[in-house]
Amino acid sequence: MLVPLSWYIILSAVIFSIGVFGFLARRNLIIMFISIELMLNSVNISLAAFSHYLQVMRGQILVFFVITVAAAEAAIGLAILIAYYKNNPTIKVDEINLLKG
Amino acid sequence: MTLPQLFFAYFALSMTVLSLLIVTRKNPVHSVIWMLVLFIHIAALYLFLNAEFLAAIQIIIYAGAILVLFLFVIMLLNLKREETAQKYQSQWPISMGIALVFAIFMTMIVGKITVMPALGEYSVEAIKAEGSMMTIGKVLYTRYLLPFEIASLVLLVAIIGAVVLAKQRVE
Repeated sequence: MLVPLSWYIILSAVIFSIGVFGFLARRNLIIMFISIELMLNSVNISLAAFSHYLQVMRGQILVFFVITVAAAEAAIGLAILIAYYKNNPTIKVDEINLLKG
Repeated sequence: MTLPQLFFAYFALSMTVLSLLIVTRKNPVHSVIWMLVLFIHIAALYLFLNAEFLAAIQIIIYAGAILVLFLFVIMLLNLKREETAQKYQSQWPISMGIALVFAIFMTMIVGKITVMPALGEYSVEAIKAEGSMMTIGKVLYTRYLLPFEIASLVLLVAIIGAVVLAKQRVE
């Protein structure tokens, strides 16, 4: 165990917070989706690291399921985006206010 | 610093820089390409953590399927007008504050972890003796069989949902 476990957790936290910043600050909906993928990946890193350091298989299985859900989420999210874009050609989140009332 | 630590330091540094590049590029295509480089780095980190199966599906599913889906959607949408617009929302300093607080909080908390659970049975030698794929396959198809089936259901929902949402309405 030459690299401490805490290094992996800190790397994961840093990438996660960059993803949070991208999700909250950007106006482009596609970049917001990419930021979600970034956050999911950072969590995957910490899961794989825990799995290796605690010598259990659970973390790797969980990463497998996270990747499955991420693929489903990207497919549905982008389908909604395309369906919306047909009616209102914009992908800026602050201009998407159809449900504002 | 030993060689593994240097290796990790390179990956940590380049992954942080790549993540920053991803969230700050104006053109979404550039973001996706940087994301591809980041995913290859993550796959290498998985190899470093003895998770060969994860490294393979990281490249195949993330880089090969999800990123191509993103590129397809960017190609379908006409984004000429968006590229000239302002990149960040007006509340971006608050977002940066939230992200910084989270990062600092996590970094402070990590050093405080003292209680570690008992080590499991899947040590490096045990995985090496049986093979990485064999081990993960055995666990996935025995103990986690029901979650595996539910994962296939999630994918089915995604397929049907994408078709229903994207198809043209014919009156």
